Amino acid sequence: MTAAAPIRAKRVLPGFTLSLGTTLLYLTVVILIPVLALVLKGADIGPQRFWAIVTSARALAAFQVTLTAALIATLFNALYGLLMAWVLVRYEFPGRRLLDALMDIPFALPTAVAGLSLTALFSANGWFGQFLAPLGLAPVYTIWGVAIAMAFTSVPFVVRTVQPVLEDLDPAYEQAARTLGASDWAIFRRVVFPQILPAFLAGVTISFARSLGEFGAIVFIAGNLPFKTEIASLLAFIRLEEYDYQGAAAIALVLLMFAVVLLVISNRLQAWAARYRGQA
Amino acid sequence: MKRSIFRVAALVAGLTAAAPALAQDSLLNVSYDVARELFEDLNPKFIAQWKADKGRDLTIDQSHGGSSRQARAILEGLAADVVTFNQETDIDALVEGGLVDQNWREAFPNGASPYYSLPAFLVRKGNPKGIQDWGDLAKEGVQPVFPNPKTSGNARYTYLAAYAWGLNEFGGDHAKTQEFVKNLLSNVPVFDTGGRAATQTFAEREIGDVLVTFEAETGGIAAEYADKGFERVTPSISLFSAFPVAVVAEYAKKKGSEEVATAYLNWLYSPEAQKALAEHYYRVTDKDVAADYADKLPEVKLVTVDEIFGGWAKVRAEHLADGGILDQVFVNR
Amino acid sequence: MSIAHHKESRLVPRLLIGLAVALTLLMVVAPLAFIFWSAFSRGWNVYVSNILHPVTLHAIWLTTLVALIVVPLNVAFGVAAAWAVARFKFPGRGLVLTAIEIPFSVSPIIAGICYLLLYGRQGLLGPWLMEHEMQVLFALPGIVLVTMFVTSPFVAREVLPLMQAQGSEQEQAAVTLGANGWQIFRRVTLPNIRWALLYGAVLCTARAVGEFGGVSVVSGNIRGQTNTLPLHVELLFNDLNAVGAFAAASTLTVIALVALVVKSVLESRRHQA
Repeated sequence: MTAAAPIRAKRVLPGFTLSLGTTLLYLTVVILIPVLALVLKGADIGPQRFWAIVTSARALAAFQVTLTAALIATLFNALYGLLMAWVLVRYEFPGRRLLDALMDIPFALPTAVAGLSLTALFSANGWFGQFLAPLGLAPVYTIWGVAIAMAFTSVPFVVRTVQPVLEDLDPAYEQAARTLGASDWAIFRRVVFPQILPAFLAGVTISFARSLGEFGAIVFIAGNLPFKTEIASLLAFIRLEEYDYQGAAAIALVLLMFAVVLLVISNRLQAWAARYRGQA
Repeated sequence: MKRSIFRVAALVAGLTAAAPALAQDSLLNVSYDVARELFEDLNPKFIAQWKADKGRDLTIDQSHGGSSRQARAILEGLAADVVTFNQETDIDALVEGGLVDQNWREAFPNGASPYYSLPAFLVRKGNPKGIQDWGDLAKEGVQPVFPNPKTSGNARYTYLAAYAWGLNEFGGDHAKTQEFVKNLLSNVPVFDTGGRAATQTFAEREIGDVLVTFEAETGGIAAEYADKGFERVTPSISLFSAFPVAVVAEYAKKKGSEEVATAYLNWLYSPEAQKALAEHYYRVTDKDVAADYADKLPEVKLVTVDEIFGGWAKVRAEHLADGGILDQVFVNR
Repeated sequence: MSIAHHKESRLVPRLLIGLAVALTLLMVVAPLAFIFWSAFSRGWNVYVSNILHPVTLHAIWLTTLVALIVVPLNVAFGVAAAWAVARFKFPGRGLVLTAIEIPFSVSPIIAGICYLLLYGRQGLLGPWLMEHEMQVLFALPGIVLVTMFVTSPFVAREVLPLMQAQGSEQEQAAVTLGANGWQIFRRVTLPNIRWALLYGAVLCTARAVGEFGGVSVVSGNIRGQTNTLPLHVELLFNDLNAVGAFAAASTLTVIALVALVVKSVLESRRHQA
């Protein structure tokens, strides 16, 4: 091996060339080259046309729908996930383990199957729809349908990031607070929540990122209504089908950039969470 | 390690071999969205015919989707032997891509269109909104359902048929016609990418008051959902919708399937195939068969793209091009 | 563990548990139950004949084949990536980490578009592929590649944190004792990471089997040829065969449930280990 002197000490272990070589080969062939093809196509478009495509009324509406629905879904999952993590960690009750296992279903269930099922449930003659319809609520083919699909597919993330932190919390602080006469709510707000906050935010960020990327479940429940329920990845798909490759590539690139930014944020938050846990 | 790699390789090889064995002849027919049941019915008939004629086994694979989407997939390498589309423009796109012979219209009778249909209506039981003609679709409170005219040939015929009705109604006034088409389009609650998805929206999800699609689909769906009591309505004027077919020469040559591909498309003009087509509510060119099924397919005033719009080339340039009339009226806010 | 509560706060846990159970029933259990309810709505016989339809069987077979190819490759990649990133420092390490995670938060549609722009006949490599008569898109290789893209973070994400947490002391000790690389991996590393590795493989399998968006761009939807099970669900739905669609969906659901059972077994082993 002809490694540089300062690093050599680290490399007593074998397999650096093999493992990094395999990793880079895989990443290059499977991820980087295809992404590069997209970037090249995007560069081909030219900045003016690119800007015109991504700021066209329909594209802006699609981004807005995607973001709004993802925000609604994430808000729901933030509360629901926190509740689930709390209940699963802090209370002992029959069926707790089953409830815990159920949290992973949205992750394992193919999203298209979830979409098909959710659509049927919420449509006017479905299990839920029949009760919602008389109230004038019809989530299918509205932005609420999009949010429902997003919420379903990103259920596990907040639960699964908050749960381990909550399990590791030192009960001493809470007991101390209780001895001082603090109410349950005050203890949660002042003692518990600050400690789980980094993990909670990390979970919320992943949940949001996952919602932005969801496709399979949404196409069934959303209907392709431009300006109302058309999400950005669906618009990219439609542009592709319309044979408008520049349009598809430009929108895809914006989504890709969004994903990378969110990834960086989530990695930072997770590093923060890890440090926090280390201190606790 | 090596042994286990071999074992995995052997496993994969075994699985690959277990795949259905390749028959002697095979065809990939890439088709439009609502032709699913049609070719499921037609293909076994031709396979039997081919076996009887040539003594060779044949398998026919089908792919269905919005016809422009299908054309794009073929341009990207989906190795279709034949295309059975619902619009000439999509075959012309393949010509431009160098995949289909430029003179494809002369390769088979009737401009390479073995059957035709027209945009027609399917309304809910008892026709509660009293929908009779194109004008009713643009009225306030009426929700027509049809797919995205950008991805579906079916919906482009709908758009053009409505436009043709408008020109007739408003004495050739394009501005008034466009206003009408704009109102019609903005009444549509959902734009699916393919014709069948639109049918689903109307029939299964019970959205909209009227499904606008090929007469063949309205007939098939009314029969399929007999319990829902959908009713077929034929508008006063509609557009002659050709269903052009072509051999995708570039791919067929490579695969050596030209002979069977040509025979397959020619067979679509045979009385046997025409009868099956008429069973599926398509209008056919065989006079005898057409006469037999006349009661199923009422007389209707049909106009053609050539008469009203001066041909497909003009339609593409004026209506369908980026920023064309379709883009101007298809705003849907 | 439960924390001792005052009597007056009993109400709160009950309310919270009740709310959690109710929401989970609505959000998670109902969609799951509905799939089976619809699949069996016309009776067992119709269900069986839907599943045993040759085209459905082919979709099941194709999906299995894709998973059989993708998962081992992904496991190899995940282990290699975890080994490289956890055991060595090198320039660009952060970039490698980000690249591994990209597919996790990007819509699979984008993956499909990337592959189309690369391997399509009008794409970058398309003309060369056509010349050499290699079919990537609308055939098995394209489906496999897109599935690899979508599933690539799964094993690495599980194994990497564990290897980082465990440190490399044991492996370094093995080096001092004269073990070669393969021996170290098999005797020292693998026993330490095996549950995380299996866990990642299970998640990867579930994701590979269920991939929809990306595959739908590159499949060409040839029934009985390039139709994977999730695409077949959509196809049956559009064939106006909703019961058949839910029957096919139920097979996918069963796979997901099996994956979850395996996963929780692995998890309890992991906690014991």
